[in-house]
Amino acid sequence: MNSVIQATGYILAHTPDLLVHNGTTQTAEREHNPESEYLRQIPQHIRSYRQVVEYLPNQTYIGNMTPEELARVEQPWYDKPVENASRFGTFGEIMPQDEFLLLLQACDVFDLVWLSTAFVSEALPRLAAHPLIGEDILAKIKTGVEPDAIEYAVSQEHAEPLYHNGLLVGYVRRAHDFDPNLSAHIMLENLVSKASSVLSLLHVVHQAGIEKNAISYVIDCSEEACGDMNQRGGGNFAKAAAEIAGLTGASGCDVRSFCAAPAHALILAASLVSAGVYENVVVTAGGCSAKLGMNGKDHVKKGMPLMEDVLGGFAVLVGKNDGVSPEIDTAMCGRHTVGTGSSPQAVITSLVTDPLDRAGLKITDIDKYSVEMQNPDVTKPAGAGDVPLSNYKMIAALAVKRNEIARDEIGAFVEQHGMVGWAPTQGHIPSGVPYLGFARREIMAGSIARVMIIGKGSLFLGRMTNLFDGVSFVIRKNSGGQEESAVSQKQIQGMIAKAMREFAENMMREQG
Amino acid sequence: MDLENQRRVKELSEKYGAENMVIVLGAAESEAAGLAAETVTAGDPTYAGPLTGVSLGLRVYHICEDEMKAEIAEQVYEDQVSMMEMVLDVDSIKKEMSAIRSEYCKF
Amino acid sequence: MLKNAKVVVIGDRDGIPGPAIEECVRSAGAEVVFSSTECFV
Repeated sequence: MNSVIQATGYILAHTPDLLVHNGTTQTAEREHNPESEYLRQIPQHIRSYRQVVEYLPNQTYIGNMTPEELARVEQPWYDKPVENASRFGTFGEIMPQDEFLLLLQACDVFDLVWLSTAFVSEALPRLAAHPLIGEDILAKIKTGVEPDAIEYAVSQEHAEPLYHNGLLVGYVRRAHDFDPNLSAHIMLENLVSKASSVLSLLHVVHQAGIEKNAISYVIDCSEEACGDMNQRGGGNFAKAAAEIAGLTGASGCDVRSFCAAPAHALILAASLVSAGVYENVVVTAGGCSAKLGMNGKDHVKKGMPLMEDVLGGFAVLVGKNDGVSPEIDTAMCGRHTVGTGSSPQAVITSLVTDPLDRAGLKITDIDKYSVEMQNPDVTKPAGAGDVPLSNYKMIAALAVKRNEIARDEIGAFVEQHGMVGWAPTQGHIPSGVPYLGFARREIMAGSIARVMIIGKGSLFLGRMTNLFDGVSFVIRKNSGGQEESAVSQKQIQGMIAKAMREFAENMMREQG
Repeated sequence: MDLENQRRVKELSEKYGAENMVIVLGAAESEAAGLAAETVTAGDPTYAGPLTGVSLGLRVYHICEDEMKAEIAEQVYEDQVSMMEMVLDVDSIKKEMSAIRSEYCKF
Repeated sequence: MLKNAKVVVIGDRDGIPGPAIEECVRSAGAEVVFSSTECFV
């Protein structure tokens, strides 16, 4: 039987200081152009936590608004704050930076992250009030160090500084004296990914209403690598995050394929559960500090705020078929193969029409496609266009080529089967997965029946191959059947009796 | 344009001679196309890469432009590119590219 | 113009990627001396 999407968790963490000090656009600028106008202007374009909570796409990401509701508001959205916006949403939350830094320390089990006493005493009570963060995590937070210890570590010991509201509040030490893979910079990036994944895990378990120790397996699909000089990408973010989140019954592993990883991970999760290997699997990923402020130069140039000021995270619980939740139909998976080629037509054919053809369905039989759902507020001013829209147009264009729709119906197709983007430009985070929470809700409400999730990855960025990558799968209304419980004794006796009868009949025929 | 790509364009231009080079772009947006085109003709307008202040004036075209289509085998173009004509704002791209070339191209 | 020219391909993941452009210009008789695909998201 197919597995189902049981619950979803989506989180954002507001991290403006990480943007300034760790986003690669900013670090590269400081390296090559330290006197630049851009660096000077950054402080005037940083948003406050309140502004980030009130930002429409962020409220959509955590489930307080639907993509349809977001589409009704005219773009751009950054100048249209939501009234009475809440930090917590149907699917998750938007965490402020100080609480996130504490969570970062709680995720560090090698005494690498140190925060000032003043900072900890100020922020800890607020984290302690968090409904999902328990004593087990709070106990991992250290009381703190003095400012001169922080200054010393940063200036003399190659530690990575941690800032909050522009003030130096702590540091991340390197995990090794000379191994570049365990540098302070890399440890910070990896801990950021881990912490945002932990928060996502806490939310999905809460959403599912199950015990933490009921989770059997976790798959991390972010784009970071953790390891040392002898095994640079050994992993295992999944298990590391599961440990902090308290998922004592889970093992896990990491799956990597740039931005296509979440879709790969979900197909693997669905297969593991459907095959009965594990009771359930959580697919998770944390966010990326390197991508913060990635398109910042264009935003500042155009007088806009720096909108890439949040880390993204998500967690999806895939469970046994419960007869109700939407099923992941593993018979309808698309994949971009080594031989597919890179032409847009070939790519979309392999991901969309090949699986649909095999299932005897048309492109228009999928109610909604969830592609790369990057927020257009961020991408359009940077000359990167409207990514979801481009993807939908490509699917529509292929439909035109196949004579499934007319050329002048492209707009209507996009309207009906597409959605506006809302997810932060955090690479793997917007790739297919942001819509799962909404899809589950809509499918269970009966308003839609089939959603295709498409993940695409730019493998060439790693310089190992020039290939693209991509996979797709369909989630659909539950067929209503339920996972069978153990076969009854009566049924077994019936089967044995039948087998013996057939055996006897064969014996008679042979002898006769 | 990616800094590494700028470096390659500069090196190859020196190696083969600017007059023998043609840069072919696949940009999705006219803004990105214009930026790349300007970089390989007038120099990097963002002052970020190796082509900052370097005016190579190279011949540069977007793959969807008529000058390119005219020379490419019809079936190959059909398979590799044609679908994108329904997705990209080709008119906008052509306009941007022509403008850059008429101002900065040396060949 | 393309026949026997030395071509540098700068593709775009969301537009036309490098390898697709390579096929095209090769069919016109060009020699591809460098090809790359850029990704902006």
